[in-house]
Amino acid sequence: MINLEPLIFNYSKFDRKGYSLPKSDVGIDKTDIPNTELRPDNDLPEVSEIDVVRHFIHLSTLNHHVDKGFYPLGSCTMKYNPKVNEDMCRLDGFAMVHPLQPVETMQGALQMMYELEKHLCSISGMEAVSLQPAAGAHGELTSIMIVRKYFEERGEARKKVLIPDSAHGTNPASVTLSGYTAVEIKSNPAGLVDLVNLDKALDNEVACLMLTVPNTLGLYEKEIEKIAELVHKKGALLYMDGANFNAYLGFHRPGDAGFDLVHFNLHKTFSTPHGGGGPGAGPIGVTKNLAKYLPVPIIEKNGDKYELNFDRPNTIGKVVGFYGNFGVIVRAYVYIRMLGAVGLKEVSECAVINANYIKKALEIYYELPYKDICMHECVFSSDNLKQYGVKTLDVAKRLLDFGVHAPTIYFPLIVHEALMIEPTETESKESIDKFIEAMIQIAKEAKENPQILKDAPKTTPVRRLDEVKASRELNIKYTKV
Amino acid sequence: MFTPHTPEDKKQMLDRIGVKSFDELISVIPDKLRFKGKLDLPEPMSELEIIKHCSEIAAKNSNQNNFVSFLGGGAYDHYIPAVINHILLRSEFYTAYTPYQAEVSQGTLQVIYEYQSLICELFGMDVSNAGMYDGGSAFAEACHMARSITKKNKILIADTIHPYYKKVIETYTHGLNIPIINCGCEQGNSGRVDVSHFAKMIDNDTAAVLIQSPNFFGILESVRELAEIAHKNGALFIVCTDPISLGLLNPPGNYGADIAVGEGQTLGIPSSNGGPFLGVLACRKDYVRMLPGRLVGKTNDVEGKTGYVLVLQTREQHIRRDKATSNICTNEALCALAATVYLSIMGKQGIKEVASQSYAKSHYLAQEISKINGFSLEFKHPFFKEFVVRTKLEPDYIISELIKENIFGGINLEQFNRKWKNLMLICATEKRTKPEIDKYISLLKELK
Amino acid sequence: MADTLIPKELKYTSTHEWLKIEGDTAVMGITDFAQKELSDIVYLDLPEPGKILNQGDVLGTIEAVKAVSDFYTPISGTIIETNQELKTAPDLVNKEPYGKGWMVKIKVTNNSEVTNLLNAEAYEKITVAH
Repeated sequence: MINLEPLIFNYSKFDRKGYSLPKSDVGIDKTDIPNTELRPDNDLPEVSEIDVVRHFIHLSTLNHHVDKGFYPLGSCTMKYNPKVNEDMCRLDGFAMVHPLQPVETMQGALQMMYELEKHLCSISGMEAVSLQPAAGAHGELTSIMIVRKYFEERGEARKKVLIPDSAHGTNPASVTLSGYTAVEIKSNPAGLVDLVNLDKALDNEVACLMLTVPNTLGLYEKEIEKIAELVHKKGALLYMDGANFNAYLGFHRPGDAGFDLVHFNLHKTFSTPHGGGGPGAGPIGVTKNLAKYLPVPIIEKNGDKYELNFDRPNTIGKVVGFYGNFGVIVRAYVYIRMLGAVGLKEVSECAVINANYIKKALEIYYELPYKDICMHECVFSSDNLKQYGVKTLDVAKRLLDFGVHAPTIYFPLIVHEALMIEPTETESKESIDKFIEAMIQIAKEAKENPQILKDAPKTTPVRRLDEVKASRELNIKYTKV
Repeated sequence: MFTPHTPEDKKQMLDRIGVKSFDELISVIPDKLRFKGKLDLPEPMSELEIIKHCSEIAAKNSNQNNFVSFLGGGAYDHYIPAVINHILLRSEFYTAYTPYQAEVSQGTLQVIYEYQSLICELFGMDVSNAGMYDGGSAFAEACHMARSITKKNKILIADTIHPYYKKVIETYTHGLNIPIINCGCEQGNSGRVDVSHFAKMIDNDTAAVLIQSPNFFGILESVRELAEIAHKNGALFIVCTDPISLGLLNPPGNYGADIAVGEGQTLGIPSSNGGPFLGVLACRKDYVRMLPGRLVGKTNDVEGKTGYVLVLQTREQHIRRDKATSNICTNEALCALAATVYLSIMGKQGIKEVASQSYAKSHYLAQEISKINGFSLEFKHPFFKEFVVRTKLEPDYIISELIKENIFGGINLEQFNRKWKNLMLICATEKRTKPEIDKYISLLKELK
Repeated sequence: MADTLIPKELKYTSTHEWLKIEGDTAVMGITDFAQKELSDIVYLDLPEPGKILNQGDVLGTIEAVKAVSDFYTPISGTIIETNQELKTAPDLVNKEPYGKGWMVKIKVTNNSEVTNLLNAEAYEKITVAH
């Protein structure tokens, strides 16, 4: 078989070294560890530094990425990541801080975390923030743990969490992981929460309703006040999945709409890079009466001094080993401080204009199941291309040939053959126009020569891959031959 | 600042949309709920200003580059080869998303495949996922796995596990009513858990036995005996270990671990005040379908070219939703890349060298400290790269005196447990030199 | 679906399992319609022989590349055998859903439960409605 790039193991040669370390100068060369506990040998590769550099640089060239081109992956907010973020988080005074060094020696780090918490409170209208969760799903989980703790302290054994059928899969998964049962509520024909269904589902066993605002169709929940009222009347809590916060920075604050808990995706809204899948950070914000349950430690400011407070009797505990993804926190802090209140509003304004512009431009070429004004993303369906034997997958693969990443496909689940497009605010009109042209051409090709779509992509490093073989034969690590 | 639209662009786009102004678009948010004020944030800064501002804040922190660090306890000052940062800073890696479109993500996908392979080799396990948030959360997820695999409930947990990891495990298992049974240390001062305590507490409803080796105090546990007790009773044996220690020590797969976890920070990732780190999670082949997180497999494209794709996605939240093996989506992929580059550049010889130098230097340090009046080693059993010292003087006093000399002297264990008075956890990695250690010793000698 | 096979002699469930009764034992699998909906099947989690189940209980799980589905026992009884060939060749369910792709043999406890199942005609209506 043809290999684009061999595995690092294939470069290995006996006795080749890539590392450089000084000789040990302490004169101890034996151990008191019993022989049975010592490792006989290992089979890690033996390669030189240039082998390593060329190997990984070659691999890097096989990726699409934001710095190369448009990445309209819905619900993922693939905006441009300012370069200064990367420089700042790598300052020794941040990157080389040890989490257990005395707090007097990490005042700057604590100051930055404390201030970012305050900024996120301002942006969301929540009372208190914890930066500890490491990702969005982790923020959801932490939030539902807080919901549980809240009801435990009230002596109420509630069992269910309600989730709209348009929700991200992380919502129900987080619910299960925190010991609740996820109950799905069907959306109404407009793609929003159906108040009648909600009212029916809301019994005394419901602990929480999880809502994504705007939802995964890019639509704002117009009846949010009514929803909050229904939920609170039953004594349940209202949680907002903040994956789509990029839609209304400075135009709307979930705290003002009655949400009790909310999570942020620093790696979406606040421009920290996605790193090929992570790390992100998923801070959470809560109302005043839930603040006592936040994970420990919390950062406190006493006079001029910042402290880590672990002594919180009502806390849910800890969700990561230390204090959260500090390196990501620095990047988000830089972004917020550079933009300020006016800049953040501009972000959302452009994000919403871009999404509606695409929606308008493509509505005659693709099916648009929900026609209302959208916020930061819009969802199409390629159901209209089915008659030519073309699926959404084919449209997505063909886009790759245009040097554009595909939108999110087959999600949300309530839209057939879904194409979920989130342009973000950092794309220019020119770049969006190019995308629109490509999408129009693909729609035409589907009609005139659908085979082009089915054979796509042709210009990528590899073409369509055999996923069935990958799953049936399951080769998930290198084995030495 | 990072938005390219000119006023004219906006106007043209709004015209095309068919609205007069942006207000018409934002009016989908009911007037009453629209935020009319100005967000309470400091005034914006230019790039020049933010660099100055951040540099000033950073300067308020001491760090392991301008201080000599003897800190451990879950984050370690190992050498990070220069090549790692250069590869992490490639836009192609750090500005890509999760590899959902395999045709344009072969770089990331092959890196994950190599990461899985390197971790399996290092830990002696069959299967590794693409990584979890950190060591603590990986440990907690392993408990969920054990419960699904064994259909049993109870977890036996060694008292010698990092107190923060224990806290994470307790927090993660709380809602699921999983009984967590603590098993304490041996009598005397070996610093290991009491194997007989596990033997006594284990029963037919035990899903897993959890240990950390080297443990929080740096000491090697009686891993084989503990594995045997777990397996005899149909429980899984879950081991948390320091990946660096595996340059010297037998890997978990060789002594019966069913699931192995670890903190991957030691593999080329800066301590960064506690994160982002990397949760290593590996298991035996039989349990692959219970594994949380991403997994990459090898296959070929329609032309027969080798390629890599995400596999067994039906375990994951985006397909299986409430029945998924975990809720994890975003992980620590870039840190996994750092670990992949680290294990490649260090390789077979380098990892041995790092491990044995960490061993040698920490043992030299321990040997010299134990000669000083008012300092003694708390535990007798073999340790790897960190150890506990009993001090006559208050640890906080010792630590603050050393700070004056630009030395992070160790961790006061009392912050984790009130009973751990006058105990300090001290670590030396391969980065420490004899002169640094000798200076540390001479400063300790002078303390009164 | 036009080209979906629904053999006349079998019994069906609304959850897309088929059942063939031979004396006091029964064989079950999933229908042609179901395998087409799932497309390429990559793995099956089948129950252990000896397991006792009630009509409608979860029997196991079928995994495709991007979809996963539970399947249910059409009739109460004890599992006596599972199709070992599916371990290495799960695609038999795609190729011959009513033949070599059978899944489980059950010793039936209550034959009269068959009356709760659908005949081919009734099942076809369900597949058309999809």
